[in-house]
Amino acid sequence: MRPTIQLLTPDLVGRILCEAFELLMSPGVRVGSAPVVDLFRSVGVAVNDGVAHIPESLVQKCLASAPRDFYLYNRQGEKVVHYGGDDVHFDPGSCCVQILDPNTLEARPSETRDLIRLIQVTESLPQFAAQSTAVVCNDAPSAIGDLYRLFVVLQHSHKPVVTGSFSAAGLQGMIDLLAADSGSRDKLREKPRAVFDVCPSPPLNWSEFGSHNLLDLARAGVPAEIVSMPLAGGTAPVTLAGSVTQHAAEVLAGITVHQLAGPGSPIVWGGAPAIFDMRSGGAPMGAVETAMLNMACAEVGKQLGLPTHAYLVATDSKFVDAQAGAESARSAMLGALTRINMISGAGMLESLACHSVEKLVIDAESIASAYRLVRGIEVRGETLATAMFAQTGLSGEFLKLKETRALFRQEQHLPGAVIDRSARGSEPASDTLERARTRVDELVSIYQKPSLPDDVLRKFQSIVEREADRAGVHSALPG
Amino acid sequence: MSDQLFQAMRQSIIDGAPDAATELAQQALVNGIDPLEAVNRGFAAGITFAGDQFGCGQMFLPDLLASAEAMKAAINILEPEMLKRGSQRAALGKVVLGTARGDIHDIGKNLIATIFSASGFQIFDLGTSVTPEQFVAKAKEVDADIVGISALLTTTMAGQKAVIEALDRNGLRPRVKAIIGGAAVTQKWAAEIGADGYSRNAIDALDLAKNLVNKVATKEAPLA
Repeated sequence: MRPTIQLLTPDLVGRILCEAFELLMSPGVRVGSAPVVDLFRSVGVAVNDGVAHIPESLVQKCLASAPRDFYLYNRQGEKVVHYGGDDVHFDPGSCCVQILDPNTLEARPSETRDLIRLIQVTESLPQFAAQSTAVVCNDAPSAIGDLYRLFVVLQHSHKPVVTGSFSAAGLQGMIDLLAADSGSRDKLREKPRAVFDVCPSPPLNWSEFGSHNLLDLARAGVPAEIVSMPLAGGTAPVTLAGSVTQHAAEVLAGITVHQLAGPGSPIVWGGAPAIFDMRSGGAPMGAVETAMLNMACAEVGKQLGLPTHAYLVATDSKFVDAQAGAESARSAMLGALTRINMISGAGMLESLACHSVEKLVIDAESIASAYRLVRGIEVRGETLATAMFAQTGLSGEFLKLKETRALFRQEQHLPGAVIDRSARGSEPASDTLERARTRVDELVSIYQKPSLPDDVLRKFQSIVEREADRAGVHSALPG
Repeated sequence: MSDQLFQAMRQSIIDGAPDAATELAQQALVNGIDPLEAVNRGFAAGITFAGDQFGCGQMFLPDLLASAEAMKAAINILEPEMLKRGSQRAALGKVVLGTARGDIHDIGKNLIATIFSASGFQIFDLGTSVTPEQFVAKAKEVDADIVGISALLTTTMAGQKAVIEALDRNGLRPRVKAIIGGAAVTQKWAAEIGADGYSRNAIDALDLAKNLVNKVATKEAPLA
């Protein structure tokens, strides 16, 4: 038996969807992009004052054309991430502006060198099936920041990538980069290496660039991941069930736009919902209710048979400390038990405001434990214990049994050196952060940069220069 | 009698009860109480208390917003009479608010607008995704004391810097003070972009703004 967890009954999911469909008609969904408005009107959807009133019949039709699963591929063209079914994958959190300096323990603006270090560590950790465009490179021009991050990741990694574009104009350049990596736009469509996060703006608002990106991704056949972020009590109903309902309406609206533009194009039921902190006004990503929202939102998507995504394994702590460990490990377990296909957020501190490479390697251990948990308790052999007792009698010499040697690696997750299980010796004991620093250094030292063909590198460079020229920031590109 | 009424006014704000606040404001007018005194000794005392309670973790944002709404209800009743008497409550200062270009998240900005307004600031809310030029134009038009720029997204925080640079280019600073806020905004970022202030929440922002307008009032001559 593979353990799972469920917060919603099928009846409650039914009610959530029923009210979500009601919301799509009244009050409707604000849409900021003129081509999206035109698309809606072309299929008879009433759009008044920028608000679309979307009937359930149309949404159902679009849900029917959305694929039940798809894969992301690595540079070698192998299937790596399966979006669909009960498969669970993790990737580091995305698009942070700060990095925690492991020595001074201060947050500072992140730069290209920090992104590279995050990629190097992620590349070596099997717990992360995909890379993410993890931090903003403050040393690169912000006008092409999204493209630049992807450019850096593609140069340094073989893994699939979870990325995103914060402008409609920037997306095409990013698709060009991926097409250069794959060989052509057709090959990219056939074996996509990246998924793009696309975000509505709660409540019930698809901004100009968000909705436009849905159109462009659908038409390019590049997977889109809808990351709806209702904040319960702030930008969404205070009840968890109410926020899950709003989330469903926002994602359903996005899927409708996406599937109208490109029927059958891959799309993910994703999100980063959180509660709204009634003292600070922030979004506490480490709160258990935030985890519950993510789990419940994913359950709705799973009941619809769609690939799912959530934002977990993050913390609100500013340091790599006990709070960070507790919050991140807890939500890694819960996300894995919910069987969410892609779980983003590892490495992130301070409610997603700061990344930490050291936290990433600690989170990797929590994720490994979560994977162990969801494998459950397996029966190996014809008897559970009697055959082994037949050999040992009451001697207690289990360590000598061939079964022990053959099976302990399957039964136990063997943690890396970040986790301390040693007996106290004469050396002074180290804390988790210190061990994580050492582990990061080790992983960076064994990292090998992919060797990309020259023509691909030249194409990358020319795309980045073209986009920098277009944005008028060519001279600001880092060397 | 008046003391009891003032106490009830204060309590109506603490309770976040706009209907009670409206009724008490009307009662004050019927009883011939100076509306300015009703504000200062009654309703405003409630807002101050609510702010203090928020500061020490006893009240929460929904409580604070309800208090501000009750304050607004009371002021709506009293303001016409204050205007008639020429005893309008002196505005603490003029504040131009908006979210940075490209950012449509306005929950923090709206919170500031409500709390500031209830506390006696005159608010000019430019809404969401405001360009630096729009901030500058409004600040000039209304002779603002403070410009407040909110940014939720890490990607739009650069817009805060652009507004500050535009205020500088137009010679509005240091007279006009620039304050910033948003989930990812830090003191360090504020210092880096040369903001005059930053705060973590609406009540701290209120203290910050009060301090800044005191400096504005005492230091420089008004805009030409």
